[in-house]
Amino acid sequence: MSSPSPARAAIVLLLALGGCDRESREPRGRPLPETGPQIAPQRTAMMNGVPVPTTEDPRADDYEGNAYHVAQGYRYFAWMNCSGCHANGGGGMGPPLMDDEWRYGGSMEQIAATIIQGRPNGMPSYRGRVTEQQVWQLAAFVRSLSAQNRQDVLPGRTDAPRNTEPQTLQEPQPVVETGVANDSASQE
Amino acid sequence: MASRRQILLASLVALLVAAAAIGALFLSRSEPPPDERPSAPLGREVLAPLPQPEARSVVAPAAARTEDGQWTMAGGDYASTRYSGLDQINVSNARRLQLVFSFPTGVSRGHEAAPLVVGSTMYIVTPFPNYVYALDLTRPQNPLKWVFRPQPRQAAQGVACCDVVNRGAAYADGRIFFNTLDGQTIALDAETGRQMWRTQLGNINIGETITMAPLVAEGRVLVGNSGGEFGVRGWLAALDAATGAVAWRAYSTGPDADVLIGPNFRPFYPQERGRDLGVHSWHPEGWRLGGGNAWGWISYDPETHLIFYGTGNPGPWNPEQRPGDNKWTAGLFARDVRTGEARWFYQSSPHDLFDHDDINESILLDMPVGGRRRQVLVRPGRTGYMYVMDRNTGEVLSADPFAHINSLRGVDLHTGRPIPVPEKAPRSGRVIRNICPASPGGKDWNPSAFSPRTGLLYVPHINLCMDHGVSEANYIAGTPYIGAESRMFAGPGGHRGVLTAWDPVGRRPVWRIREDLPLWSGALATGGDLVFYGTMDGWFRAVDARSGEVVWQFRTESGIIGQPVSYRGPDGRQYIAILSGVGGWAGAIVSNALHPADPTAGLGFVNATRDLPGRTRAGGRLYVFALPR
Repeated sequence: MSSPSPARAAIVLLLALGGCDRESREPRGRPLPETGPQIAPQRTAMMNGVPVPTTEDPRADDYEGNAYHVAQGYRYFAWMNCSGCHANGGGGMGPPLMDDEWRYGGSMEQIAATIIQGRPNGMPSYRGRVTEQQVWQLAAFVRSLSAQNRQDVLPGRTDAPRNTEPQTLQEPQPVVETGVANDSASQE
Repeated sequence: MASRRQILLASLVALLVAAAAIGALFLSRSEPPPDERPSAPLGREVLAPLPQPEARSVVAPAAARTEDGQWTMAGGDYASTRYSGLDQINVSNARRLQLVFSFPTGVSRGHEAAPLVVGSTMYIVTPFPNYVYALDLTRPQNPLKWVFRPQPRQAAQGVACCDVVNRGAAYADGRIFFNTLDGQTIALDAETGRQMWRTQLGNINIGETITMAPLVAEGRVLVGNSGGEFGVRGWLAALDAATGAVAWRAYSTGPDADVLIGPNFRPFYPQERGRDLGVHSWHPEGWRLGGGNAWGWISYDPETHLIFYGTGNPGPWNPEQRPGDNKWTAGLFARDVRTGEARWFYQSSPHDLFDHDDINESILLDMPVGGRRRQVLVRPGRTGYMYVMDRNTGEVLSADPFAHINSLRGVDLHTGRPIPVPEKAPRSGRVIRNICPASPGGKDWNPSAFSPRTGLLYVPHINLCMDHGVSEANYIAGTPYIGAESRMFAGPGGHRGVLTAWDPVGRRPVWRIREDLPLWSGALATGGDLVFYGTMDGWFRAVDARSGEVVWQFRTESGIIGQPVSYRGPDGRQYIAILSGVGGWAGAIVSNALHPADPTAGLGFVNATRDLPGRTRAGGRLYVFALPR
């Protein structure tokens, strides 16, 4: 039995540190500011010919990549009656949210703006009804309906009539914007 | 040891083979292209002989019409028979029916309306944005006379529970009356299309819409609201046909003064008697969000001045949140059309558990019951029972199942109350499996037709069951107030649609056609002994009213959920008209592009219609048929 070489010890240490990554992170995400500049863009996304606001909010990734936030978003999705119109992503009175079609944009920022502002064909404005954190959590959950988030934050299966295929098994849907002129199109 | 390992290995292989077989089964279930689909119904059964002439019911004389070749209201007449006495097209020549003209409506949502024909003009009202077209039937190709665009608010689309449908207009005294999705009633000059008046009745900001076809009786336009999925308090209003002013408005919940219950209210059953039951049969203040919307059909008996209409489901769907009988939801009102005063009420689904609105059509008939001639109304209920009621007193004379029911044991004719099955009652934290019928009931809105020539009622309906779970609903104005999740599937037999020919005197089905897809169109009966209806994959069929045999059919470009009508053109020929355009609750998976992977989409209907997008597509077109010259 030979003594471990320094290189081998370094590898073991690195692996051990890597393994700690999941456990060491904040289970509820790091604290984030409640207000930010981007949640309600000055220009709405549905104005004809106007490019979708593309500036990124620094908080979007933190919410989207955190299982706790996605799970909270799922609760608010039911409590705020989102599910009444959009069902569990398949839609009803409102359009489906689990497909690849986004009338008002499918980014975290655009979904958050849609929730805050409302949209003309019947999506009510939730401004004043939910906090900004809840809006982000809702947006993170909405993205999870088409498996856009990281695999390890997607929710699994529930024993309810919904009983859809676990989102962890879904292929992420490409984001296709139909209701708005996209940047490249308007530049051409 | 070795043998055990072999057994293990063998069972593993067997498991794999089984898994592969199951996989192959699922793979092979992909839908064939539309044109390879069978065009015929799944099957037909003849179950009983036709009633003898002396054992037939007749249309209530005062509510019947003399055949003038027109179609002036969705129900055809005040008795809601949807019967045309025209008989040029009959069982022996119907196979020669051919398309005479068609007209695109420019809208591709669910077309549930009945076209109207008055004189030599046809009137069509479309789904949202509720265009009204007038077509000139005197000229070749029936050109457009005028079009009226009411410009309803866009946001109304988001608070329409089950697609943005409209069930038709009504004609009286030179005017066309119709409703818009955003809660307006509008009167147009039938000749010019000029607006005479416009009355705002509903408020979309609380989820209130109007989808029903108005009825005009004694100078009053009767209109009811929709919004039972939004906690909207239901009402029926009577507008002065000349001015549009609201003459009376009767709510379906709340104090007697709001419900227009007064000294002349004499319900047959004791549970409907008492002060302010519209308040006391609810948890405190529950009636304010209680639903009971009058979004369905109204019949009218000129002899007694009574109108008959049903009220919708109570809000929210979750029954645990609203203890009590929840009056006056999910029941039938008889009111004096002149004052709105309630005369009687019968609740078919007290403390409704399954969204069983009671808004279906009431057909006014006179028929022998127990050796006596009775003035009755016959209604195929959402609960799956065929109710025969004395229309003057509200007594239930019989209630027989016409659909598969396991959520009720029957209707107690002594008390009038349905007999519940406790294990099918929704409870929070549980999913109750296999509730029949599902929330659209044994039959939903799509109306039946009655032929006095056969004495049969032709009932287009569905065969769906569901798994159902409830949870607490929060009220947020203008958003759904439901608290339930379900997924529907075909009931016993595997078919999803049924056309039942029912003998109301013999209290039994005489024949039955099984359709693969849910049957969401209305029916039409004619003097030529034909019954017309359409399927959700676009087949428009004519069947023999006596046997149910298909004698003619035509494939339209979209699924049919409309109401067929018949009229005599200015040239003296008989025509049959139908709007094609799939949608509605059953067809929203196509018209609203819902996602089939979510079984709860479209309030659970998507699970039962996943194959529909492969079998039809959205559209909107009027089709008119006649015999060759």
